[in-house]
Amino acid sequence: MRRYPILAALTMLAVVMLFPFVIVTFNAFKTPAEYSAGSPLSPPQGLDLDGIIAFWTRVDFGEKLLNSLVISGSVAMLAVVLSVLNAYALGIGRVRGRLWILVLFLVANTLPQEALAYPLYYLAKAAGLYDSKLSVIIVFTVIQAAFGTYLLSAVLGQFPKEILEAARMDGAGRFLALWRIVVPISRPTLSVLVIFFFIWTWNEFFLPLIFLVSNDTQTVPVALGVLQGEKYMDATMSSASALLGIVPAVAFFLIFQRTLTRGITVGAIK
Amino acid sequence: MLFTAVIVVPFVMNVATSFTRWSGVGTPTWVGTQNYVRLFADERFWTSFRNNVALIVAMAIIPTVIGLVLAAALFDYIGKRFGPRTASALRAAYYLPQVLPVAVAGVVWGWMLHPTYGAVNQIFGLKVNWLGDPDYALATVMAVMVWFQLGYPVVIFMAGLQRADPALHEAAEIDGASWWRRFWHITIPQIRPEIFVVLLTCTIAALKVFGPIFVLTRGGPGNATMVPSYFSYLNFFQKANIGYGSAIATVLALIIVVVTSAFLFLQERKP
Repeated sequence: MRRYPILAALTMLAVVMLFPFVIVTFNAFKTPAEYSAGSPLSPPQGLDLDGIIAFWTRVDFGEKLLNSLVISGSVAMLAVVLSVLNAYALGIGRVRGRLWILVLFLVANTLPQEALAYPLYYLAKAAGLYDSKLSVIIVFTVIQAAFGTYLLSAVLGQFPKEILEAARMDGAGRFLALWRIVVPISRPTLSVLVIFFFIWTWNEFFLPLIFLVSNDTQTVPVALGVLQGEKYMDATMSSASALLGIVPAVAFFLIFQRTLTRGITVGAIK
Repeated sequence: MLFTAVIVVPFVMNVATSFTRWSGVGTPTWVGTQNYVRLFADERFWTSFRNNVALIVAMAIIPTVIGLVLAAALFDYIGKRFGPRTASALRAAYYLPQVLPVAVAGVVWGWMLHPTYGAVNQIFGLKVNWLGDPDYALATVMAVMVWFQLGYPVVIFMAGLQRADPALHEAAEIDGASWWRRFWHITIPQIRPEIFVVLLTCTIAALKVFGPIFVLTRGGPGNATMVPSYFSYLNFFQKANIGYGSAIATVLALIIVVVTSAFLFLQERKP
């Protein structure tokens, strides 16, 4: 039988893939002396929290987490609301030229942010929004909603017309029909979108790096990315910083796992 | 409306600025196609472009090929002989790097590969400056990106295989077709749509790659890992060559639109 060698090879690969996570965790809990004395492979002898605490207070990590949560949370909610309204108008309201509008949204989605970055930076400065969370929230709400509209209008386009007809007969206006009928029925798709928008926004790096220059507005990835390789970061502190970046991401993955695996093919369209 | 203000207007402004010389303050000077002429003669731009092709290999082609083999092996062998739980545990292990923000993945590897205290050198007793030596830097970044990307195709392909018809496979097995032949002639054609989607999304991601370059190497040493997106960032925010940066960003946007259209066109044509 060839089955065991194959299992062994695949398990080996899994170990290699997980290796960095394990190593980072081990060494985040070591003292600098313990790190230089032993091999990075050995588990820590005790739980030394100095590296993590030192990094946490140095960059005020709690504030970074809060910034990321506020930005990603508002973008996720606002972008889904905007997507639903757009898609309702396009998919059910049958706006004139809807195909071209959809193509435009799709192209907008594939455009590199580099091609928008400088004008956005310039406009944000002109509007007095530079270096504020609000600027990033507005920009990502629109970028995510471009994708959401594209996706949802395909979903809503197949929405059974009979239900809407019936609602109209009963005297429901367009917004009442949207709020009381369309939204509840498409709730599974909408919740997948909320989670995806949240995680995508959390993971963004380029535009937040440009917009959020001062310490008290930065998000988690920006703060970590900018501090990488700073002089005062010793081995265990760097490893602590990596761990602090990993933990929220893995936590979201575990919390949202069920929805994510259901929706991952939805994400594949992006 | 908002959409126009945040995407269309900036993009048009970007294209317009690419025909000017501008330092970010004062009035831009119209210079026609001068930025583009300079761009096509700029050795740095071509280097950044070659590096970008290398990253497409690392982020799209290699993960797709390995992902196909892994997905088929997990689905055919592990899933059937050791149960679906083993298969999904392995799949989760491959996918885990994907959940990280790409900048955090960069921080993790920046630490692991640090020339003096990095774990990789300490474990293998080496003194290699993985990210600082021009001979190794690009290959190192490529390896990190393979690690980061691999889980995505595995998950998508396994979802695709679940849709495939098992009867075909069984028939071929009875006819004595080897595993590789079945893989090539049955598995791959059945999940062709997924392969297209993965190649397209990963190629676009590779063309836009910025975070890992910023965190790991800042395009260096020299220009060893320079990519167009970082090159335009450099011109925007460090050299105050807004016109030139805009020209780079416009060319990048054009390439992405052309690549996307080409993919979609090919996909439409396939039966």
